[in-house]
Amino acid sequence: MLELDKLTIHKAHELLSKKEITSEELTKALLKRIEEMDGKIKAYVTLNSEEALERSSEIDKKGDFTEDLSGIPVAVKDNICTKDLRTTCASKMLENFVPPYDATVIKKLKEKNALILGKTNLDEFDMGSSTESSYFFTSKNPWNLERVPGGSSSAAAVAADLAIYSLDSDTGGAVRQSAAYCGVVGLKPTYGRVSRFGLAGNAGSMDTIGPITKDVKDCAIVLNAISGMDLFDPSSSDTIVPDYLESLKTNLQNVKIGIPKEFLGDAVNKDIKNAILNAAKTFEDMGFICEETSLPNVEYALWVHYVIASAEASSEMCQYDGVRFGHRAQHYENLKDLYKKSRGEGFGLEVKKRTILGTYLLDLEGNDKYLVKAYKLRTLIKQDFEKAFEKYDFLITPTTPTVAFKIGEAKDSLNVNDMCTVPVNLAGLPAISIPCGFAEGLPIGLQIIGKAFDEAGILQVAYAFEQNTDYHKKQIAWKEA
Amino acid sequence: MNYETIVGLEVHVELSTKTKIFCGCSTEFSKEPNSHCCPICLGMPGTIPLMNKSVVEYATKAGLALNCQIAEFSRFDRKKYFYPDLPKGYQISQYYIPLARNGYVEIDSNGKKKRIGIRIMHMEEDAGKLVHEEGSSYSLVDLDRAGVPLIEIVSEPDMRSGEEAWQYLNNLKTILQYIEVSDCKIEEGSMRCDINISLRPEGSNEFGTKVEVKNLGSFRAVKRAIEYEEKRQREILESGGSVVQETRRWDEERGITIFMRGKMDNRYSPEPNLAPVIMSKDWKDEISARIPELPGAKKERFIKEYGLPEYDASIITASKVLSNFYEECVKHYHDPKVVSNWLMVELLSILNETGQGIEDLKFTPKQFCDMLAMIDKGTISGKIAKDVFREMFATGKSPEAIVEEKGLVQISDEAELESIAKRVMEANPKSVEDYKNGKKKALGFLVGQVMKETKGKANPQMINAIFSRLLDQ
Repeated sequence: MLELDKLTIHKAHELLSKKEITSEELTKALLKRIEEMDGKIKAYVTLNSEEALERSSEIDKKGDFTEDLSGIPVAVKDNICTKDLRTTCASKMLENFVPPYDATVIKKLKEKNALILGKTNLDEFDMGSSTESSYFFTSKNPWNLERVPGGSSSAAAVAADLAIYSLDSDTGGAVRQSAAYCGVVGLKPTYGRVSRFGLAGNAGSMDTIGPITKDVKDCAIVLNAISGMDLFDPSSSDTIVPDYLESLKTNLQNVKIGIPKEFLGDAVNKDIKNAILNAAKTFEDMGFICEETSLPNVEYALWVHYVIASAEASSEMCQYDGVRFGHRAQHYENLKDLYKKSRGEGFGLEVKKRTILGTYLLDLEGNDKYLVKAYKLRTLIKQDFEKAFEKYDFLITPTTPTVAFKIGEAKDSLNVNDMCTVPVNLAGLPAISIPCGFAEGLPIGLQIIGKAFDEAGILQVAYAFEQNTDYHKKQIAWKEA
Repeated sequence: MNYETIVGLEVHVELSTKTKIFCGCSTEFSKEPNSHCCPICLGMPGTIPLMNKSVVEYATKAGLALNCQIAEFSRFDRKKYFYPDLPKGYQISQYYIPLARNGYVEIDSNGKKKRIGIRIMHMEEDAGKLVHEEGSSYSLVDLDRAGVPLIEIVSEPDMRSGEEAWQYLNNLKTILQYIEVSDCKIEEGSMRCDINISLRPEGSNEFGTKVEVKNLGSFRAVKRAIEYEEKRQREILESGGSVVQETRRWDEERGITIFMRGKMDNRYSPEPNLAPVIMSKDWKDEISARIPELPGAKKERFIKEYGLPEYDASIITASKVLSNFYEECVKHYHDPKVVSNWLMVELLSILNETGQGIEDLKFTPKQFCDMLAMIDKGTISGKIAKDVFREMFATGKSPEAIVEEKGLVQISDEAELESIAKRVMEANPKSVEDYKNGKKKALGFLVGQVMKETKGKANPQMINAIFSRLLDQ
């Protein structure tokens, strides 16, 4: 029997085009799956069932499935604004916030007749890498319900067939890390490739929106739909958007891959190290050249990222004051008290911690001691990448140093699990995570980093890898609970 | 001990662009509160400010007109504080690298030219406003002004009196009006001014503790507040006390300043969502080319080219429209001084009475000069001309038409005037007698009678001559 919830975008599109299935059937199948499974996974903060069903039957009626995404439901991370659909950032502050506007990426998906299935969980205001700081609940990793799903639950939703694909955001690695932990594909585009208008982010200089999908082809399809210059995001780039799906047909030749040794050090789990070296072997078998290289300054990346992200976040959090929207304290003495209580009640511990730290960092002393240095180091890290890319077309690293950790295990906000992903955000480069093995019964992610705006190249390499391996096909063995 | 007053001004000027600084909302005055707002100027999650290019151009134009150096690279920062009229919890401003620096405005200080330095001029967004309803326990927020573009002009502490501050503000306003970047109406809030004032012993080089004064509703209020603070601070210093650094509010009715709040430190951080403003030489030159002749230069030229007294030149050039009107008139009339007299006396007083602006005048410079020519030709008297002028102002009709319609043509017919004069002499034998007995004053009475009879239309030179001839016979 055809299990609709297991479909990829391209397969669903094919069946919809041939009228072998309807969008409504597909949507219903997913909603049924969610009803059965989401109690365990807890991927969704808000479901958009009624509207999704309505939209799907409308799309069926029109019967126009020329667009690749037409009639296919998508899960959206809950920090991406959706018009008339609650957008919480997993915070009490925005528990009842319904945006009167769509993020540009949502507008683009809607233009392509996609339909929004629901909003997925994240760490409060995306601060964390496990969803444990979510105001609502901690989401679970479908491969092992005792493990975290990463910083966004949307990868878990895709892995557990609770969504065909998802839109996610990546400030320090959420897209890639969640994809790696859950054994799916996640792409963080170059900063500026995809508009971030409507992304309630926390670090404007690093926030990006990217797709999480079941395979590389799907990733290319979604990237086609969301990329491009946007007048509402001055940081979006007018660099030409190639047809990413079409570019997968390119035959790769003379590819040189660098393997930065800093990402295979002692902090990295042995099985993961081996998986990456195996991946390199696979590439060599395909005729690519793989060499060890070095990015000497990335060892500072975690701290640099933490400092910059906290500073930017404290500034970003200012707009949540309980005056125009968001949580407002019920009882307060005066104006100052209104701010103190609304913010005090509305924000969770991690947000408060980073806001306070960021405030210090932006102040004279913190600025001189840390922030200015962090910006300098960021430049050095960027230059390391530039230098490496003079010699290599791509760099490969593990996406994470370990497989998904246990819920409750992370003690520190400065999470070593982000060590491989944050340097890419600091440098604004594109990177993809694809499945490349298993350890402890949990998926391992291979991170492929490319030159700025070479998403096409990354997708080609990832696609080639996928064609030569079958990690992405491995199904979750559900233990009947 | 004698004290020297040190004054610096921070002036906020609203730029008259059509849309707000970071979104497409209209800057026009709104009838309904919160009707010119969007997710961007409301500071909603995930929205990103968009730079309005016109704002950069207007601000650059202002910077150039104020003799500033324009930065090739400037940036925006977030000035953080919480207040309900400030949507994002921070104001987007330029703190670390402003658009313009090191400019000046010239004023007259006791007959000498003095430059008041401009330390910084930068772009920023306006906040909204709070409406406090009488008797209610709440305030209402109107965010239509939030995001309206402003420039802040921070002077050096170069002014030494309320008078100098008043002059600086006037000249600043005139310059900004000339280059058409703002209407600079302080009463309507499109120009706002805060005072920084301190005193120091005469001859000292160090600055005293400064006090900031806010809530100044007019240039006159600025002058008065400075004079009040001078006195207040002097009294404190003379009684051995020390001035406290604080912000005070000007109370217009009572004519005093009142403590508002203590010293505040604002936290600033870079605005990551806005690209730096890159001002290329080409762009700057292009903007520079659009700057018209400025009031200072125009005044000098009027003195030289039209032989106007300095007083006339400064009054005429204080308004761009008036000076343009003047120059048009001078093209059509031979005596520039006559034109300036008429404009300064008759035109400015009628504008004052009616509250109308020169831009709304119904008559043209050409028509005005036609009227002056009619005086020269003797068609109308200077006195009648004033009535004709008022009629032109009210209706916009040509002076010829008015004179025709109202029968205001001067009577210059020798025979007609002589017969009227004779009639008057017959009717007033006593005055004729008086005149002949040496009371020359009686002539005035007789002329007055003729004017009365002719409703002022008798040619005064001719009637004088006729009387002289008839009476001295």
